[in-house]
Amino acid sequence: MRHQNELQPCGCGLCNVEIDHLGVRRGHDTILEDVSFTARCGELTALIGVNGAGKTTLLKAILGEIPHTGQVIYATHDGQKLHKINIGYVPQKLDFDASSPVSVADFLLAGRTNLPVWLFGRNKDRAAIHEALALCGAQGLERRMLGDLSGGELQRVMLAQALYPTPELLILDEPISGVDNVGSELFYRLIGELIRKTHMAVLMVSHDLDLMRREADHVILLKRRVIRSGTPEEVFSSEEYRTMFGGGLDV
Amino acid sequence: MFEFTFMRYALLGVLLISPMMGMLGTMAVNNKMAFFSDALGHSALTGIALGVLLGIHNELLSMVAFGIFMALVITRVKGARSASTDTIISVFSSAAIAFGLVILSMNGEFSSYSRYLIGDILSISRSQLILLAVTLAVVVIVWALLYNKLMLLSINRDLAASRGVRTVLVENIFVVMVAVVVMLSIQWVGILLINSLLILPAAAARNIARSSRSYLWLSVGIATACGVAGLMVSYALNTSAGATIVLICAVVFMITYFCRRRK
Repeated sequence: MRHQNELQPCGCGLCNVEIDHLGVRRGHDTILEDVSFTARCGELTALIGVNGAGKTTLLKAILGEIPHTGQVIYATHDGQKLHKINIGYVPQKLDFDASSPVSVADFLLAGRTNLPVWLFGRNKDRAAIHEALALCGAQGLERRMLGDLSGGELQRVMLAQALYPTPELLILDEPISGVDNVGSELFYRLIGELIRKTHMAVLMVSHDLDLMRREADHVILLKRRVIRSGTPEEVFSSEEYRTMFGGGLDV
Repeated sequence: MFEFTFMRYALLGVLLISPMMGMLGTMAVNNKMAFFSDALGHSALTGIALGVLLGIHNELLSMVAFGIFMALVITRVKGARSASTDTIISVFSSAAIAFGLVILSMNGEFSSYSRYLIGDILSISRSQLILLAVTLAVVVIVWALLYNKLMLLSINRDLAASRGVRTVLVENIFVVMVAVVVMLSIQWVGILLINSLLILPAAAARNIARSSRSYLWLSVGIATACGVAGLMVSYALNTSAGATIVLICAVVFMITYFCRRRK
C-alpha cells in the first residue's frame, strides 16, 4: 500500500486535510487540545493511541458532529481551500436495533438518493447498489436485513456505503474490530486498491498496531494531543510509543 | 351505519388520522420514542391550561404551541446524552400534566375538559376534517423528503452526518411534526390512547416487515384497517371509538408477534 509519490496531483482536487489546532472540551474536561496534523491524499494515515485517548472524538469533530475549537481545512495541491468535500465514514460500531426492518439495499439507497426508499425502486439504483456491494466483496446481500448480518458482512456493507459518492476523505473507525484475520487482510487490500485507484485520503483509527506498522503511510500517536507523528518506523521506534504502550506490547 | 352524517365524518376522520399515525409511528418506534410521545400526549393538558391562563380561547392553538415547545425541549435534553434521559423526560412529563390538572381543576371545572382524556371522533366537524386533510398532505410531502435521512439517523448519527444529513434540523422537523399531528388528533382519539395509536401499528408492522418499504406500507395499512374496523365495532357495541381502535391494534400486534416467532 505504501507509495510515496507525493508529487502526483490529486485527481479529486483535494490534496491535504489539515487539522489545525483542534480542541474539544466536554464540561470541564479537555478531551483534545491543540491537535494539528495533515492527512494527505493517496495515503493511509493511522491514528493510534490507548483507549480514551480521544481518537473517536477527533473523528467526530472532523465530521462536524461535535463542537470544537481550531479548524479542519481541506486544501488542494496548490494551496486553495475547498469548502466542502465528500467524506465517507465507517463507524466503529453500530448500536442500532437489530430488529429494525432495514434491508441492506434500503440502507445503501438512503445514502445515495433522495427518492424515499418506501416508494418504488429504480432499476439504475438497484444496479448501482449491486455493483457497490460487489466491489466490497458483499455481493448478494441486498435483501438481507442489516441486523441479520455477521460482523464481516456488516463491515463490507458499511464500506460500500462509505464509497458513494467516491469520497475524497475516507474515515474508518476501527473498521476491523470483530473480524477474523483473513477478513482484515482482504479489507486492507481493498483499502490499498482504493487509495491507488482514486487517490483518496484515508484516516483510520486502529488497535491493530502490527497491521498499521505494515500498511500505514503516516502514523499519529494521540493522547489528548499529538504525542508523536511521522512514518511508521519513526513512531513505532520512538520513546513516546514505548511509554504509551509499554515495551511488552511492541509487536 | 354510514347513513348518519356523523358516522361518515368519523370515518373520514379515521381515514385521515390513521395513515399519519402509521407513517410517523415507523420512525417513532425505530428511534425508541414511545416514552417521548407518551410525554408529549400528556402535555396536551398543560397546553390547554396555559391557554386558559393566557386567555387564548382557541384550545387547539395553545395545545399545538406547547406540544412543539415540549417536543423540542425533550429532544434537546435527549441530545445532551446524559445518562438519565428517561428520568428527565419523566420529570418534565409529570410536572407538565400536574400543572395542567391544577389549573384546569380550579373551581372544580375539570369535567368540561375530560373529553380530551378519551376523545370523541363522532363529534368531528367538516372544517376540522379539512384541517386534518391539509395536515396529512403536509406529512406525506415531508415524509417523502425526509424519510431516507431519518432512517440513516436512526441507524447511526455520525454516519448520517457524514452523508450530509443535517442531523439536528432533521430530527427537530420530525419531532415537531409528531407534536402537531398528536395535538391535532388528541380531541378525537384522547390523551390516554394517542400514544398507542402512534406506536402499535408500527410495532406490529415491524414484527413482519423485511424492508423499509414493507415496514411503512404495512404500518399505514394496519393503522387504517384497525381504525376503520374499530370505528365500526364501536358503533355496533356502542363503545368508545378510540379505545376500540387501539384494542384491535393490540390484537393485530399480538398476531404479528407470534408470526415473527414462527419465522
